[in-house]
Amino acid sequence: MMRWLILLVSLLCAGSVRAETLIAAMSAHQIQINSNYTGSQLTVFGMIERDGRSVARGTPYDIVVTVRGPRRMLLVREKEKVGPIWINRTQRRFPDSPLFLSVSSSRPLSEMMEPDVARRERVGLANAERVRGAVFELDAESARFRDNMVRILQSKELYGYERRGVTFLSQNLFSAPIDVPATAPTGPYEIEIVLFSGAVPLARQTTNFEVVKTGLEQSLANGAHEQPWLYGLITVAFALMLGWLAAVVFRRD
Amino acid sequence: MAQPVARRPFPSFEAIVQIYLPIAELPISVLMVLGLSGAVGFISGLFGVGGGFLLTPLLIFLDIPPAVAVATVAAQVAGSSMSSVMTYIRRRALDFKLGSILVAGGIIGTVLGVLFFNSMRRLGQLELVITLSYVTLFSIIGGLMLYGAVKAMLQVRAGKPQRLRRTAGQHPAWMGLPWRMRFHRSQLYCSVLPIMGLAVVIGFIGAVLGVGGGFVLVPALLYFFRIPPAVVVGTSLFQILMTMTGATILHAVTNQSVDMILAILLLVGGVIGAQFGGRAARNLKVESFRLLLALLILSVGLRFGIELFLPPSEPYSVVITEGAR
Repeated sequence: MMRWLILLVSLLCAGSVRAETLIAAMSAHQIQINSNYTGSQLTVFGMIERDGRSVARGTPYDIVVTVRGPRRMLLVREKEKVGPIWINRTQRRFPDSPLFLSVSSSRPLSEMMEPDVARRERVGLANAERVRGAVFELDAESARFRDNMVRILQSKELYGYERRGVTFLSQNLFSAPIDVPATAPTGPYEIEIVLFSGAVPLARQTTNFEVVKTGLEQSLANGAHEQPWLYGLITVAFALMLGWLAAVVFRRD
Repeated sequence: MAQPVARRPFPSFEAIVQIYLPIAELPISVLMVLGLSGAVGFISGLFGVGGGFLLTPLLIFLDIPPAVAVATVAAQVAGSSMSSVMTYIRRRALDFKLGSILVAGGIIGTVLGVLFFNSMRRLGQLELVITLSYVTLFSIIGGLMLYGAVKAMLQVRAGKPQRLRRTAGQHPAWMGLPWRMRFHRSQLYCSVLPIMGLAVVIGFIGAVLGVGGGFVLVPALLYFFRIPPAVVVGTSLFQILMTMTGATILHAVTNQSVDMILAILLLVGGVIGAQFGGRAARNLKVESFRLLLALLILSVGLRFGIELFLPPSEPYSVVITEGAR
């Protein structure tokens, strides 16, 4: 009897946590790269659905959209002075890091939550890749390398934070544009949308898109990997032919 | 699966002038690549150097991944030297016999260079080795050439006879090593051993630095072997053509980093530039030829030296591991 009561109470609690649900849709699920590709833009649309029975909240809704691109091992190096010359001395490896990371929020994160909450909820450029439930923090040295990595990738527009990138179209409807620069890698991208209210996560939704090469771009990239001998020979043949052609065309004597 | 697809409604002006490179995986301005490769092609045709040592750093500066830059430049250098080689064959300024020996030695050097390259990469000091070699090689060769060129110019001005070719019966001892061969077109009678040794060194440098090695070969043939400048350039270009053709195929097969679109763009600019360069070489006096080449090589060495000795504006760098894709 007691056990049933506990179960019932916990179910009710869970129910109250799930008073809001998120529904998300994308303007497109695929970005196609062709020969005049210079980057693209997608839009995420979302709706907050409220359970009729739940009471209105005293704090406003906040939305954070995090986009994570394909993952690789990233190597961060630092140049140091050794004698008279500057060389790469120390380096840190960041395995399984996204090559593209974009965070958009409906208002600046600093207004939304305390820094330690942001860390715990993995919100923001510096926190998005934090291992969930990690027992230990990064040591100061590694954190410095990570911060510089984020800064460099930000300058290449592969990482970015839009403090007001999410716009509420109505009380419950929002949209967030995602800029995908031309240098963003091909592969799968994951979008995570989190609804906060008073720094408490209420609902989560994930969706995705992919960046793929099409047409000539795709055939060339496939050819280079699947028929490397043929690809190499064709490239060399092209090169030598163009060279020979130029010599003939420009022949004057 | 009929998914909606994101497309820009109209290609902007930028998109018309830019083209997406499938292997390098970024868009690049067509006009800029044509201009760059044209200028480098001109220098290549003028001095008989492949031009890779200028083009590779420029492409890396344009954010093209280093592996793609090195491999694609190999294809471009093959094509542009093909164009120049044709010109030199017509002018009978190419010594095939000497060229073949250089190619044979170059292959041995390339294999040794690739082994060294991989072992340095394992040690994580590849970048330092490359920068240091650029600085020392270019500064020493450029400096020596500049000294020689200035000295020759002063001698000409003072009215003293210029001694470029060897007179009969006068040669350094190493030319008299066993297996002497006669190279008619190069006006050379010399042992095969020093020529092979030179070719091995060139191949080694080429593989490690990702350049054709013409900038070492040309001065060496000019200064140590005293071969006439016109033949030096033609023969050096022949050696570069052979090595770079092989290098392109090897790069394509081993690391799939040859970008065909970029190679074609570089070639169109490069071969046209090389034609004009080859033509300009005919009107160039020997002294000014040597002075200009010396200044060019020295300035590249200085540029890498600055990178090594001045505090970097950005001490951190991010490298994406695991291939180009």
